[in-house]
Amino acid sequence: MTDQPIKAEPAGPGGTPPAGTGLSPRQRQQISRAVQYVVLVAAAVAAVLFVDWASLAQNFAKAEVAEQALPELFTIALKNTLIYSVGGFFFAFLFGLILALMRLSPVRPYRWLAIAYIEIFRGLPALLIFLMILFLPLALPGFEVPGDLYGQGILGLTIVGAAYMAETLRAGLQAVPKGQMEAARSLGMSYGRSMTTIIIPQAVRIVIPPTTNQFVSLLKDSSLVLFLGVSGEYVELTKFGNDLASTHANATPILVVGVTYLLVTIPLGYLATRLEKRQGKGR
Amino acid sequence: MTPVSHAVEIRDLHKHFGKLEVLRGIDFTVEPGQVVCVIGPSGSGKSTLLRCVNLLEQPTAGKVFVEGVELTHRDVDLDAARRRVGMVFQQFNLFPHMTVLENVTIAQRRVLKRGKAEAERIARDNLDRVGLSEKAASYPAQLSGGQQQRVAIARALAMNPSLMLFDEPTSALDPELVGDVLTVMRKLAEEGMTMLVVTHEMAFAREVADRVVFMDGGVIVEDGPPAQVIGSPQHERTKSFLRRVLDPTHTDV
Repeated sequence: MTDQPIKAEPAGPGGTPPAGTGLSPRQRQQISRAVQYVVLVAAAVAAVLFVDWASLAQNFAKAEVAEQALPELFTIALKNTLIYSVGGFFFAFLFGLILALMRLSPVRPYRWLAIAYIEIFRGLPALLIFLMILFLPLALPGFEVPGDLYGQGILGLTIVGAAYMAETLRAGLQAVPKGQMEAARSLGMSYGRSMTTIIIPQAVRIVIPPTTNQFVSLLKDSSLVLFLGVSGEYVELTKFGNDLASTHANATPILVVGVTYLLVTIPLGYLATRLEKRQGKGR
Repeated sequence: MTPVSHAVEIRDLHKHFGKLEVLRGIDFTVEPGQVVCVIGPSGSGKSTLLRCVNLLEQPTAGKVFVEGVELTHRDVDLDAARRRVGMVFQQFNLFPHMTVLENVTIAQRRVLKRGKAEAERIARDNLDRVGLSEKAASYPAQLSGGQQQRVAIARALAMNPSLMLFDEPTSALDPELVGDVLTVMRKLAEEGMTMLVVTHEMAFAREVADRVVFMDGGVIVEDGPPAQVIGSPQHERTKSFLRRVLDPTHTDV
């Protein structure tokens, strides 16, 4: 091939098309799109043909089994999931705030302590934390977490959540302009007073959207209290679904529980997005 | 110590930022009731000097006295001392999560422990003073820059300071809003407030100041009445700075 085209093709509106194809970018995109649709349709057809729908419905969406889940699904399981996660969130927020303030403190040992805590507990699987709590009475004889299984579950979620919350809150505290602290101090407020009345309220507003997401993740982690050996009145959604599924040798309760999680997490996700948008406009 | 204390007294003040020496030995005083304008090129140390007066910057060496109290003393109650010194910032620094009224009452209530009714009365008086009594319920974001800066002045005045520091109070404002803020400051000067003002507004310095201080390179180059420092400057550095400020289109590049 020579650089000079021997036979001049009619140039399209976008100029001469690349040698060989003779297609405009739009035409090529159309062909690619058509291939994608064909693959999608083929996959859907294959699913319809090869999946045993009757058996699937029998195992995952059996109405009689689903009915068995009520009303305990809401009165016990969802209620407990919310108790574990709201409790965990509350203490994780408090403890996280203390860690964030320590992390930003001019006192060096405070910074070291906070960094050590955050690095350790952010890097460990949540499940491992729950297993540690399980063995806590062996390690510390006579020690008992207050609040029974609720206390243990909330403790586990607090330990994990606080590490993440501390980093989020630190970012929030640092996002408050330096001039705010200077203005507060020049009005005669002490460092602590400036923090509590001027800096922290602004930082909390800044971190509301990421914090909402953190609550969602904590809500999902609350399923791990399963490993604390909860039973009876303490069961939360996952344990509840698992138990019911075993009893009936049917997976329907798992699906039901999944939908119940989504009933909480999806609206929360939307809430976080809306708060984020509102914050972008404000200030 | 002298029996009659100066409003501000600074002795051999030095400030380093790392290796950068921003202030290299400043000595000066402000008498009660005086209005002193500090002028000078950017980087001359004038803002740092002002921020050293209420110790927002910790001086590297030297002493700062406000009404006879040494703020650089290691056992001083800084928070108590700062109550007597109002500060107005270039960027206003209003508290965005509070209404105008709350901005002006919060320190009165939390620091001076004034009751709610008293704090609000004083706040409204001071908002009235800066011509913004009708904005008490607004949030800072709803105000123009000039209005925000006047609220910041009211916030400082509500603490009944005996000295007001202004750090380039009109530099962040649109030109047509500068006048409102300067008018408020002039009124304040006429009422006898002691003021230390870092500014680029030469007309304000000339008309309102009792003294003008020209700084360059971390030292005070000239200090005297405005007619002298701005009208007939003695030093070449002052002359060249004023030429650049007063006639910017004919500056030698």
